[in-house]
Amino acid sequence: MTRPRLPANASRLSTGASRQSRAGVAFVAGYVVLLIAFGVLPTGYAVYYAFTDAGGAFTGFGNFVDTARDFRFVDALGHVALYLVFWLVSLVVFVVALALLLHRLASGPLSRTLRFLYYIPGALAGAASVLVWLFMLDPTVSPVSSLLEVLGFDTFGEVIAPGNLALLFTVIAFWTGAGGWIVVMYGALNNIPRDVMEAARIDGASAWQTAWRVQIPMLRKWIVYMVILAFAGGAQLFVEPQLLSLASVGVAGRDYSLNQLTYDFAFQMNDVNGAAAVSVELLVVSVSVAGVFVARSGFFDAD
Amino acid sequence: MSVHKCSRRTAPLAGCAAALLLAVTACGSGGTGGGGDGALTVWVDATRMEAAKLYQASHPDVKMNIVSYDGNANGSNYLQTKVQLFNRTRKGWPDVVFSSQNNEATWAVDAGFAAPLDKGLIPQPTLAKFAKGANDVCTVDGTLYCLRNDLSQVVLWYNAPLLRKFGYSVPTTWEEYQALGEKVAKEHPGYLVGDAGDSFTPEIYLWASKCGANQITGPKSVSVNTTGEGCTKMARLLDVLVKNKSMSISGVFSTDFAKNEADKVLLMPGPAWFGGAVFRDGLKTPAKQIAAAPLPQWRGETSPSTGNVGGGTWLLSKHSDRTEEAADFLTWVTTDNAYQGTKAPGFPAYAPAAENWLKAQAAAGYFVGDLTPLKDASAQVWPGWGAGQFSQEAIWAATVKPGLTQGKTVESMLPAWQDAIVKYAEADGYQVTR
Repeated sequence: MTRPRLPANASRLSTGASRQSRAGVAFVAGYVVLLIAFGVLPTGYAVYYAFTDAGGAFTGFGNFVDTARDFRFVDALGHVALYLVFWLVSLVVFVVALALLLHRLASGPLSRTLRFLYYIPGALAGAASVLVWLFMLDPTVSPVSSLLEVLGFDTFGEVIAPGNLALLFTVIAFWTGAGGWIVVMYGALNNIPRDVMEAARIDGASAWQTAWRVQIPMLRKWIVYMVILAFAGGAQLFVEPQLLSLASVGVAGRDYSLNQLTYDFAFQMNDVNGAAAVSVELLVVSVSVAGVFVARSGFFDAD
Repeated sequence: MSVHKCSRRTAPLAGCAAALLLAVTACGSGGTGGGGDGALTVWVDATRMEAAKLYQASHPDVKMNIVSYDGNANGSNYLQTKVQLFNRTRKGWPDVVFSSQNNEATWAVDAGFAAPLDKGLIPQPTLAKFAKGANDVCTVDGTLYCLRNDLSQVVLWYNAPLLRKFGYSVPTTWEEYQALGEKVAKEHPGYLVGDAGDSFTPEIYLWASKCGANQITGPKSVSVNTTGEGCTKMARLLDVLVKNKSMSISGVFSTDFAKNEADKVLLMPGPAWFGGAVFRDGLKTPAKQIAAAPLPQWRGETSPSTGNVGGGTWLLSKHSDRTEEAADFLTWVTTDNAYQGTKAPGFPAYAPAAENWLKAQAAAGYFVGDLTPLKDASAQVWPGWGAGQFSQEAIWAATVKPGLTQGKTVESMLPAWQDAIVKYAEADGYQVTR
């Protein structure tokens, strides 16, 4: 009597486990297929192009050297670097600050309203939100034209002066991208155990001390995660300058960022191999930065 | 065991999914029609849509696929981008395409896209009736690769009733033009004698002054000298008038120009298409106000020289498998009175149609007086400025316009302008002489 029971139980367990693992594989398979089709294969293709010429012959680092010698390359590199500094600093400072503020107002209807407001811009597609900003920045049609005029801007041309661009792209990117991160950080703050906060309060920590010594250290991994993704995204700056360039009839040059330059190499100068070389450089830089952050922050360490 | 089963099952599944994805992406990239799908695929911008539809209406037996795109306006390079992609996928090219850029032939020949037109596709007698020099921008190494849609010779547009009210006369020399600008600044501040805020500025003013910034001397060679006398004297004129604000630096296509300065235009040097596209449609200037006069010339010169500011081109694809239909469409759209002679917004490049167009404009009654100065100016384009692969408009917009906004003088930026042209030309593979 006992004999049949055990195997029955065991087999039930094993069918359950195998069903589970099959479901797991099915779920992952979809992602893996997409990753291979739209991630791995194009990357491999780009690497192949970066090291060959138009005829398919191996060129070593020739494409990298040629593109780096282009008169626009150093400028574009500088623009992207400046933009990344503005963008990452503002993202870390303001997103964390706003999330903490939101968390302090946690109960009450104000928090829900704020969370919704923060999230709205992120719901707009990238190009659409840039278009919204093109209107915002044109004193003739902007709903905040009086603010622009106070700042000394009377025409669109003055607003988009070359010196302002890194700041403008930061503002646009922050507006479109930060809301989602605030919601993520808010969720992470909610995950901090209640008793830890309680203990801090009992120990007499002020709001500032709690934030600085308890909450921010416990958010560290999320902040690192945000910085890695924001760096990779920011290094690929393209939509904002490209649309601004079209809207300003070329005043905000077509080769402001590295990605715009790759676009120009590929389609304007018919140098797909050079374009691939620059995009491979962007990939290497982004992956290296991510590697450094992950290693330094103990990102994958179990708590 | 179960894992093994799974992997056996998922492997073909993954394979199928990947194949499906590839199939979908392949369809997506080549889905814009083109040779082989049984219809004549024509790409036009919004303005030329009417021409394509008119052709379709009068040729119901031709199966057409009319595609609207931005016409490469403002140097968008959409066409070039797409052709590069079609060249890779080896399908999808449109049979006939309109572009608002004049320099398409320079890259389209290199990219193996443009078909030669004067080797039997378009009869020589038809080609001979295009205005003199009209198809120069379409000629690469002596072969014709596109047909000019409209000419874009520059004239001096002016508001006739306003000029009469202020008691001024139309200037005939640039010296008089500058003097008038200084007078307007004093007597009627806010009114304008021109605009220097567009990317067309070098082509309207500096080309007219025979500034040697862009002399294409061979298929891949250019001579660039922005500091010659032709350039500096016009730069100084612009600087005086920009400083006293009788010349705007907003740009006629900007929102602030349309809002604040639309009714302040007293004079405005501009290409033929300014008449319809800027005054009538853009600035909504009422009828019976705008007239055209010959462009001023420098004192001592015998006739004005003008720039060639845009004017679209039509290209025929080398890959078309409906060459005869495509050539017929191309001929019709550039020469037939049904469109060019009556409906076209710009001055037709095909001389017989231009005659008809001038009559049609007179009959429509929008302009004051006739537009004969346009006809005269069509023969006054200075040939020392060419259509290279790099965009002069984009270079000016990115290098000179921001400085102008910050209050720098054009004259002080001439060397920087030259430097930028040289760099862009060299990046595009041109041999540059200075």
